[in-house]
Amino acid sequence: MRLIKFISSLFIPFLVLVVIIYGICKKINVYDSFVEGAKEGLPMVVSMFPSLLAMILGINIFTNSGIIDYIFMFLKPLFILIKVPLEILPVAVMRPLSGSFGLALLNEMYNTYGPDSFLSNLTSVIQGSSDTTIYIITLYFGTIGIKKIKYALWVGLLADLVMVIIALIVVPLFF
Amino acid sequence: MINKLWSFLIIVASVFLIIKGKADVLNSQILSSGKVTLDLVVQIFPIISLWLGIMNIAKQSGLLNKASNFIFPILHKLFPEIPKGHESLGLISSNIIANTFGLGNAATPFGLKAMEELQSLNKNKEVASRSMITFLVINTCSITLVPTTIISLRMMHDSTDPTSIVLPCLVVSSLSLIVGLIIDRIFAGRSR
Repeated sequence: MRLIKFISSLFIPFLVLVVIIYGICKKINVYDSFVEGAKEGLPMVVSMFPSLLAMILGINIFTNSGIIDYIFMFLKPLFILIKVPLEILPVAVMRPLSGSFGLALLNEMYNTYGPDSFLSNLTSVIQGSSDTTIYIITLYFGTIGIKKIKYALWVGLLADLVMVIIALIVVPLFF
Repeated sequence: MINKLWSFLIIVASVFLIIKGKADVLNSQILSSGKVTLDLVVQIFPIISLWLGIMNIAKQSGLLNKASNFIFPILHKLFPEIPKGHESLGLISSNIIANTFGLGNAATPFGLKAMEELQSLNKNKEVASRSMITFLVINTCSITLVPTTIISLRMMHDSTDPTSIVLPCLVVSSLSLIVGLIIDRIFAGRSR
């Protein structure tokens, strides 16, 4: 674990050094090259803003409306039927929509059940094994101007669902 | 698809809030989303510029090309449409490596640049290509060796073993990535 953290902390400095030294060896004006590349940052950020704004508007209203509590009330009997702990539901459902919301729910869970309880471990793994699918789709496709995303959302959400199922099977083996 | 999801989120939540008599919450959420987006963009902007600068050196010196050729045999199986020596391959691998080490804010600029390169190969600029969707799946199912935010949250709550979730996370995310790629293949085959 310490080794992984060590490698992880060296990754960025190592990458920067290798790129600059290699550039000098190839007789590139590395300074000019850096400045030229960094110039592309602003147009990129400008082109991502509209689609991000749109998605954040939708996600903001939805996550803060409290409607999910009601949706979970309807799903409750189903979950009891298939013997899945109900407490993981909010994180599992909100994970693809909002990273910070999932983290806030996780924080609440640690407060209620303690960070080392089975439920907390299970929820942590669900939170840590996936990324914010909707945000990534919006960010990447919005920035390069894709309008028809075809089956991307389906694959992303299906993979998230599979992840939750795998977590339900795998996590009990560890804790 | 995004169109339907977006309208669903807004309409359902708005109607719900209005019925509950909480129009003020709705008001503040609508107006604050502009600031939330701007904060996010302002945070991400300098990091993107920084990595685009570093990446430009790697591109002009030919290092990116070299890395692409090196990783080509592996990535070719996942991205059969990308020709050998294409810059997107080097960027895709940088994105995957950065994600694996939990460096989300370095991974995003690489990913965005990789998407731009994939767009240059794309015949119809408004429709997502197969490679783009595969790359997206790799990102959403990202394998993470160090889930940094969760570990620090566990430490904050005085967990007896904050890193105990690392191995299960790795197992679950690897398995879900494999399944995700299989699902991607099935969808790609059906849409052809």
